[in-house]
Amino acid sequence: MIDYDKYLNGAVKSLAPSGIRKFFDIANEMDNVISLSIGEPDFQTPWHIRDEGIRSLEKGRTWYSPNRGFSDLLKEISNYYERRFSLTYNPQDQTLVTVGGSEAIDLAFRTLVDEGDEVIIPQPAFVCYNPLCVMAGGVPVNINTKNEDNFRLKAADLEAAITPKSKMLVLPFPNNPTGAIMEHRDLEEIAEVVKRHDLIVLSDEIYSELTYGGRNHVSIASIDGMYERTVVINGFSKSYAMTGWRLGYALGPAPIISQMTKLHQYGIMCAPTTAQYAAIEALRNGDRDVNHMRDEYDMRRRLVVDGFNDMGLSCFEPLGAFYVFPCIKSTGLSSEEFCTRLIMDKQVAVVPGNAFGKCGEGFVRVSYSYSLKHLKVALARIKEFAEELRNGSKA
Amino acid sequence: MDKLLKLLSENAHFSTAELAAMLGKPEEFVKNQICEYEKNGVIKGYQAIINSENIEDSFVEALIELKVTPKKETGFDDIAEMCMAFEEVESVYLMAGVYDLALIVRGQTMQEIAMFVAKKLSTIEGVLSTGTHFIMRRYKDRGICLTDFDADKDERSLIL
Repeated sequence: MIDYDKYLNGAVKSLAPSGIRKFFDIANEMDNVISLSIGEPDFQTPWHIRDEGIRSLEKGRTWYSPNRGFSDLLKEISNYYERRFSLTYNPQDQTLVTVGGSEAIDLAFRTLVDEGDEVIIPQPAFVCYNPLCVMAGGVPVNINTKNEDNFRLKAADLEAAITPKSKMLVLPFPNNPTGAIMEHRDLEEIAEVVKRHDLIVLSDEIYSELTYGGRNHVSIASIDGMYERTVVINGFSKSYAMTGWRLGYALGPAPIISQMTKLHQYGIMCAPTTAQYAAIEALRNGDRDVNHMRDEYDMRRRLVVDGFNDMGLSCFEPLGAFYVFPCIKSTGLSSEEFCTRLIMDKQVAVVPGNAFGKCGEGFVRVSYSYSLKHLKVALARIKEFAEELRNGSKA
Repeated sequence: MDKLLKLLSENAHFSTAELAAMLGKPEEFVKNQICEYEKNGVIKGYQAIINSENIEDSFVEALIELKVTPKKETGFDDIAEMCMAFEEVESVYLMAGVYDLALIVRGQTMQEIAMFVAKKLSTIEGVLSTGTHFIMRRYKDRGICLTDFDADKDERSLIL
C-alpha cells in the first residue's frame, strides 16, 4: 500500500471541507425532500443565448480563443460595465475572461498576495475566499458583519482589523449567504479606510444584477480614488443563468490584469470557446432576460421574507442575490441542530449559517431560487416545524 | 398584464396575504383589486386543471374546425353563440386562417363526440364543413405540465 498522505500537500490537506455539502448529502438519501439549499438560478439559460452557443458549434468554431478571451467579448464586457456601472475598462489590457468568477478570484489572490500578507474577508461569505487565500500564501482575517447592520460591512470594523500586514480587502456584495448589499454611502466610508491604509480591493460582484427595492448595484471601483485600487470580479452565471457554461471575468488596473493573465495563460489557456460566443449574445441582447429574472426573484424574495417573519423567525430584508438569512436563535437550537431536525422532521433542506463563517451561527441560509409552487410548500413545512418547536411538542 | 393577474393566471390558489407579500402591497389593496377585476369581468372564473389520465370516469376531447358563412349583420357572432350554447362545447375561438371557428368539445366517448358533430354542429345554418381532431394526450395545459416527465424535476447539483 502506498502512503498517499506523504505525497499530499500539507496546506491542501488542512483545508476544511465545505459545510454546505453535508445537508445536501442527507437530503439526497431521503424521499420527499424539498431543498432550499441550491445556490444557482433555477432558470435555464435564455434560448437565444443557448442558440448562439449551438450555432458556434455548428459552424465548427471549436478551437481555443485568445488567452484573454475573444476581442468581441472583451469589448462587450467593457461596454456593459460602462453602461451599467459607469466604469470604463479598456478591453485591450484591463479585461480578462476566466472560467467562472471563481477562477478570477483565485487568480487575483495568487497575483496580489505574498506569503504572510493579511487579507481581510468579511463573513458570513461564500466559502471559497478563505481556502483560496490560504493557498496563495495569505492569512485570512475574518471580520463579522452583523444582523443589526443588515450584514453590511462597517468602516469601524474594517479599521479595527487592520494591521501593518494588511494588504487586501475582499468585498463580497451583493452577498451570498446573507443577501446584503452595500450602498454608495456605505462604500464611501469603506473607501476612506482602504485609501488611508493603502489596501487593494477584490470586489466580487457576481450578483450585481440581482438587487431589489430600486437599489442598483454600486461598484466600489466607482468611488473616488478606488478605481485604481480595485479588481472587479463578475461573470455570467447568476445574471444570465449560465452557471454551467463557466464564464466569468476580471476588470482592473492593467498592471494587475496582465499578471493575472500570465497565470491564466499557463494554467487554463482560455475560457471555453462555446461559452464565449453565447456570452457575446447575452451582453448584446440579454437585458430583457435579466430584468425578467430579477422581477421573478423579487416576488419570491418578498414571499419568503414575509413567510419567515410571519412564523416568528425574524429575517432582515435582503436587497440582493437570491438568499434570505433568517435568525433562528429564538428556537434555542444551533444552526446545525435546526437544519438537521428540519430535514428529519419535515424533509426540508436549508444550509446552516455557520457554513459561511462562525458568525453565521444562529442563522440559516435559504435559497429562493425555486418556483413559487415549490417555495409555498417548503414555507408551509417550515412553519409547521417552527410551531411545533414553539409548542414543545417535539422538544 | 399586471403582476397580480399574471400571478393569479399561474396559480389562483395564492392567498391574498401571499399575493400582497409578493407584490409588496397591502393585503387590503390586493383584495379590492381582485374584487374589482371580478366585478368588471377581467377575471371570469377560477378552475382546477385536471389530468384526465388520472381519474376513473375519464372523458374525451376533440378540436373541431368549422368553416362557416358569416352573416351579413352579425358576422361570426351568431354562429359562435349557437355553438357556445351546447354544454358539450368547452371553448369557442374565432380563428385567422383556413377555417373560421375552433371548438373544444368534451364527451364521454369518441362516438358521442362524433354524433354530436354530425347531428348538432354540422346542421347549424351557415356551417359549411367540419373537421374533427381527437385529442389523444394532453402534455401541457395552460402552462401546467400534465406528464411525469415535466420540468419540475430539479437537475441542479450542489457543488459547494
